[in-house]
Amino acid sequence: MSEPINRRDFIKGTAAVIGGLITAVIGLPTIAYLIDPALKESAEEAWIPVGRLEDMPVGRPAPFSFTRVQVNGWERTATSHGGFVLRRSDDPADLLILNSRCTHLACTVNWSENDQVYLCPCHDASFSRDGEVIDGPPPRPLDRFTEFRVTEDGVLEIFYQEG
Amino acid sequence: MLKRLFDWLDERLGLNDLHRNLLDRPEPQGNWWNTLGSASLFLFILQGATGIFLTVYYTPSPDHAYDSIQYIMEGVAFGWLIRGIHHWGASLMVLIVFIHMLRVFVTASYKYPREMTWLVGIGLLLTTIGMGFTGYLLPWNQRAYWATTVGTQIAGSVPFMGEFILKALRGGPDLSALTLQRFFAAHIWMLPAALAGLIGVHLYLIIKHGESHFPTKED
Repeated sequence: MSEPINRRDFIKGTAAVIGGLITAVIGLPTIAYLIDPALKESAEEAWIPVGRLEDMPVGRPAPFSFTRVQVNGWERTATSHGGFVLRRSDDPADLLILNSRCTHLACTVNWSENDQVYLCPCHDASFSRDGEVIDGPPPRPLDRFTEFRVTEDGVLEIFYQEG
Repeated sequence: MLKRLFDWLDERLGLNDLHRNLLDRPEPQGNWWNTLGSASLFLFILQGATGIFLTVYYTPSPDHAYDSIQYIMEGVAFGWLIRGIHHWGASLMVLIVFIHMLRVFVTASYKYPREMTWLVGIGLLLTTIGMGFTGYLLPWNQRAYWATTVGTQIAGSVPFMGEFILKALRGGPDLSALTLQRFFAAHIWMLPAALAGLIGVHLYLIIKHGESHFPTKED
């Protein structure tokens, strides 16, 4: 049999184990507490009406905007969203719906009728009518709302998904 | 390898000297009553840590104080635990500090050369109670509101300058957003800073004088 553990080493050992346990019991919940908002999923989706299709001109992007309200912690936060509907022909299904959120750093792009491009005021990016990057820092074309429908009263609705 | 690393650090930081002078002190015969000061210190650190974490979600505004605490209790992972520790730790700290004072009184440890340690200790007791008083308002529920109404009213009953004290505590004649904000500032900045400073002096004096012996029959 090995040498029996002496009193001093026993105290040291138990103190270390109990101290470690206490640290873990307090420490791990604390980390969860701090990063909790980052772990929450916000999967919201909805059909958003953006306007009557007959009011939108063919061949020219028509802007629209809508507001989503979310509950963040103890506060309701309203976030604005926007985009452009481009009717490429008279066919009510032949639509290109772009999100006006710049793919670089999330500023809002505007349609410039003179230059026939979308311009981002923050870093001078420009996108073509189809949303492709022409110039500037954006890493990818403007996002599209690919799912849409027209109701019986002729109102265009887009399918919006959070995140 | 570890030994060499330690020696390198020790040569530059004086770790062995620190250990010898601060921790390896002669102590009187062990007695559980002598651990209450260390227990108070531990609770101070615990309250400080949990308090810092609570400020991550708490908002000291009449509109949101109550809701933000509801959110801590129900919306955030382990929020109930952090707040629970802070809540119960606060009561426990007042209790432990008070029993610590009683022990020092009963064993006559406040006598020469430790009078200053006792006086600083009085400051620590009052500041601790101040922490309790200011922290009590922060949940901004009915109990907190009326307890502070009564508490500040009592302070306002001081002759001659009572009204001034009442207004200074409340930040105006009424309990308002200003009251909540200044209680919050006192609770997380002013009083903890005072407490930390006083604890530093208190600990220095304990290390300087060592702990007192328990009185014997001959004393």
